[in-house]
Amino acid sequence: MNAPMSFSEGNGQPAMAERLVVIGNGMAGCRAVEEILARDPGRFAVTIFGAEPRVNYNRIMLSPVLAGEKAFEDIVINTADWYADNAITLVSGDPVVSIDRQAQTVIARSGRAEPYDRLLIATGSDPFIIPVPGAQLEGVVTFRDLDDVDRMLAAAEKGGSAVVIGGGLLGLEAAHGLNLRGMDVTVIHLMPTLMERQLDEAAGWLLKAELERRGQVILTGADTQEILATDDGKVAGVRLKDGREISADIVVMAVGIRPATGLAKAAGLDVERGIVVDDHMITSDPAIMAVGECVQHRGACYGLVAPLWDMCRALADAATGTPSGYEGSVTSTKLKVSGIDLFSAGDFSGGDGAEDIVMRDAARGIYKRVVVKEDRVVGAVLYGDTADGSWYFDLLKKGEDISAIREALIFGQAFASGGALADPNAAVAALSDDAEICGCNGVSKAAVVATINQGACSLDAVRSQCKASASCGSCTGLVESLLAITLGGAVQAGPKTLCKCTSFGHADVRRLIREKQLRAIPQVMQELHWTTPDGCASCRPALNYYLLCEWPGEYEDDQRSRFVNERMHANIQKDGTYSVVPRMWGGLTNPRELRAIADVVEKFNAPMVKVTGGQRLDIFGIKKEDLPAVWADLNAAGMVSGHAYGKSLRTVKTCVGSEWCRFGTQDSTGLGVKIERMTWGSWMPHKFKIAVSGCPRNCAEATIKDFGVVCVDSGYELHVGGNGGIKVRATDLLCKVETEAEAMDVCAAFIQLYREDAWYLERTAPWIERVGLDAVKAGLFDKPDSVKRLAAKFRYSQQFMQDDPWAERAAGRHAELHQHLAEVRPLPAHTTSLEFAK
Amino acid sequence: MIGDWLDIGPTDQIAPGTARTLPVQGGAEIAIFHTLDHQFYALVNQCPHKQGPLSQGIVHGNVVTCPLHSWNISLKTGKALGDDEGCVPTIPLRLDAGRLYLLREAVVGKRAA
Repeated sequence: MNAPMSFSEGNGQPAMAERLVVIGNGMAGCRAVEEILARDPGRFAVTIFGAEPRVNYNRIMLSPVLAGEKAFEDIVINTADWYADNAITLVSGDPVVSIDRQAQTVIARSGRAEPYDRLLIATGSDPFIIPVPGAQLEGVVTFRDLDDVDRMLAAAEKGGSAVVIGGGLLGLEAAHGLNLRGMDVTVIHLMPTLMERQLDEAAGWLLKAELERRGQVILTGADTQEILATDDGKVAGVRLKDGREISADIVVMAVGIRPATGLAKAAGLDVERGIVVDDHMITSDPAIMAVGECVQHRGACYGLVAPLWDMCRALADAATGTPSGYEGSVTSTKLKVSGIDLFSAGDFSGGDGAEDIVMRDAARGIYKRVVVKEDRVVGAVLYGDTADGSWYFDLLKKGEDISAIREALIFGQAFASGGALADPNAAVAALSDDAEICGCNGVSKAAVVATINQGACSLDAVRSQCKASASCGSCTGLVESLLAITLGGAVQAGPKTLCKCTSFGHADVRRLIREKQLRAIPQVMQELHWTTPDGCASCRPALNYYLLCEWPGEYEDDQRSRFVNERMHANIQKDGTYSVVPRMWGGLTNPRELRAIADVVEKFNAPMVKVTGGQRLDIFGIKKEDLPAVWADLNAAGMVSGHAYGKSLRTVKTCVGSEWCRFGTQDSTGLGVKIERMTWGSWMPHKFKIAVSGCPRNCAEATIKDFGVVCVDSGYELHVGGNGGIKVRATDLLCKVETEAEAMDVCAAFIQLYREDAWYLERTAPWIERVGLDAVKAGLFDKPDSVKRLAAKFRYSQQFMQDDPWAERAAGRHAELHQHLAEVRPLPAHTTSLEFAK
Repeated sequence: MIGDWLDIGPTDQIAPGTARTLPVQGGAEIAIFHTLDHQFYALVNQCPHKQGPLSQGIVHGNVVTCPLHSWNISLKTGKALGDDEGCVPTIPLRLDAGRLYLLREAVVGKRAA
């Protein structure tokens, strides 16, 4: 189809043909040539330089080659015949080393000089190697070309273990391939969620759980410090900054790519992050074009394949005299790991007027989130069911008005295009009587309607009477529709839900965490069909507490779900400074502690020190940056956190008791100290105060505390549920015991019952009013071993809680919570200095 | 172009779901947020209600809840959400090659209220 052309350089070209030299035999370079040939086959005499010694292949299909799902032959795009048929000179394995713009000539490594009229740079990108010691060892590979794949396959043949550094798209595909090839794979990822550029927390969690189920070890928040070597200089493993070591026979670095701009930069072209091009893919030199991953267009660099196709079209249009212009690309991502369906596109940062539509189906492992703004789709994340990914992406790219299909949008194209769903109630009304409403508990529509007709007028009543919607909650909408259809306006609002993110109340959430063995916040949100992607300021702290209480020693506290005071281990004040209260056991102190407190007050210029109602000293006006240093000084004098800031045990207030007081009946101070030693550090639904009075005169005010001990001649009266706050409530007498040990056991058991049964942010007083004192007594005393059992559970959980949080921080943990990023110091001469934190 | 933007360092200094602060001599302290879905925002670190340090609030979606009185502030617009009214200035922020840049004139131009 072409005019015959010679393969030898420079001779015999048709007079009209311009010489087009392409640097890069990859997907972008070849595609650009294809596009040009399709438009004007005789226009250029083409020479392509490739660094790899082979024809052009589909680089994005290297993952299936690694996984054994495809062979190299399957992913070749342009065979040798294509080059011959189109009279293209392919110079492979002889990379270009410089560009002489004056002479319009490129020079290859062999010394070969190739003159050009037009030059196209399509050098792609280079894998980014993190500069840690050992990065150059034998056995450290990247995942970029077929040679890398061959190296990985050679390692996999010997078996053993692999570490993949980087939990992005490429890293996970490499890990999947090596896992399928029989290696033990560990993925090390710096960020807390996998593929954080494409996925939100919820989808990232689902992906991690699935990869772990397949036997991969996924370490998130893991920072590589060093690659370890064997005696003979090969890779032995990886050491993380936290000291962990993972042994490995091969280490794959897949942390990212960088545009390969070296040639362009050396030639003096405009290069920022990538080679700067205009809308026609022309660089700062009009004779030189650039395309693909090496370019920067309107400030953006792309690492995905779809934008390359768009760029190549615009390039070919311009090069053949019919310029169209490239306007940037909206990208979408799919993970090529068989059996995992994952799709992400656009912007899911929300913003003003943006609304999230979330659908979760725990039973089928599905999470869908579509972000809508001004009646247009602006972003989508799909996990588990990506069938509608291309539909959402299409709506997004076209900017189509979706207001007409908004209600059904999240259910996908088939559903939304049906058109009959403007009224969801009508759709439910149309269901047959034997249609299954609740899949978890096998409840039909007829059974739900019958339950409603028998008097269940609220969602909660339906849940408790026929169990529909009582397990995972995914059918809540259907049950609510049935209530509306059956009762009209007579539907009763349900009990207060935990927050607006869920249809479940506190009690149901706690029960379901237990029944379904839920162990992480994103897991609770997925399994219980949260309607928001990552919860809110009400549910995150509640879930964090419930999980901490349910899985002591296993659940890892989530700092991001803590209120400021619990995150900073101090009390925030109205001016943004903090107050610091060290623990004084039972209200006792000594000269050493008092001296240390006095020194801290002077050293940090604390403007006020105050005696608190809980018998200790509160130091005011400490800046967040100074907190670790303050704590270090207090620790040095033997003091630990007083938890004056937490939903936790606060103080144990005491009177002096029989040791000094002429009325004292027991050693109330000593018992108070023992109780405080047992209970400090425990997290609770709300703050928790204890007092021990040595006689019924009750100088420690034990009858307005959450747990109060009043000593009498014959033993100890134990009181519960008192409150001196907004609504004063005197305690109820729980029981009387004879020994200190019994008093301690009942105290521990009562606290544990409260921890397990009360709702988050419910003090003991409203809790007891809600459930009744009899229920509390029954929980503690109906079975002879209940007190022992609950007390043992409390003490078990305490072994994980009684590390002083101040000591950790003083030693440098979570330093980022206390340090500024930097400080800006504007200088007069229009410059600004920036002082970085260490 | 680069000169108009202040490089404040790599993005990985701010963990998702948290914020960090940037004091400005003679100006208002700035809070830089990293949300759980990996967006970055910069706002003056003062709630429009009673000047609470927003950097210390719980971050959810693209909203921060002020630690003092639980006002919800949009990170994108700085506006108070729900029934509350007020607005905190935002600072234009740009990401480039894993680093964060703030618009210089907005950083040094925001004087403390």
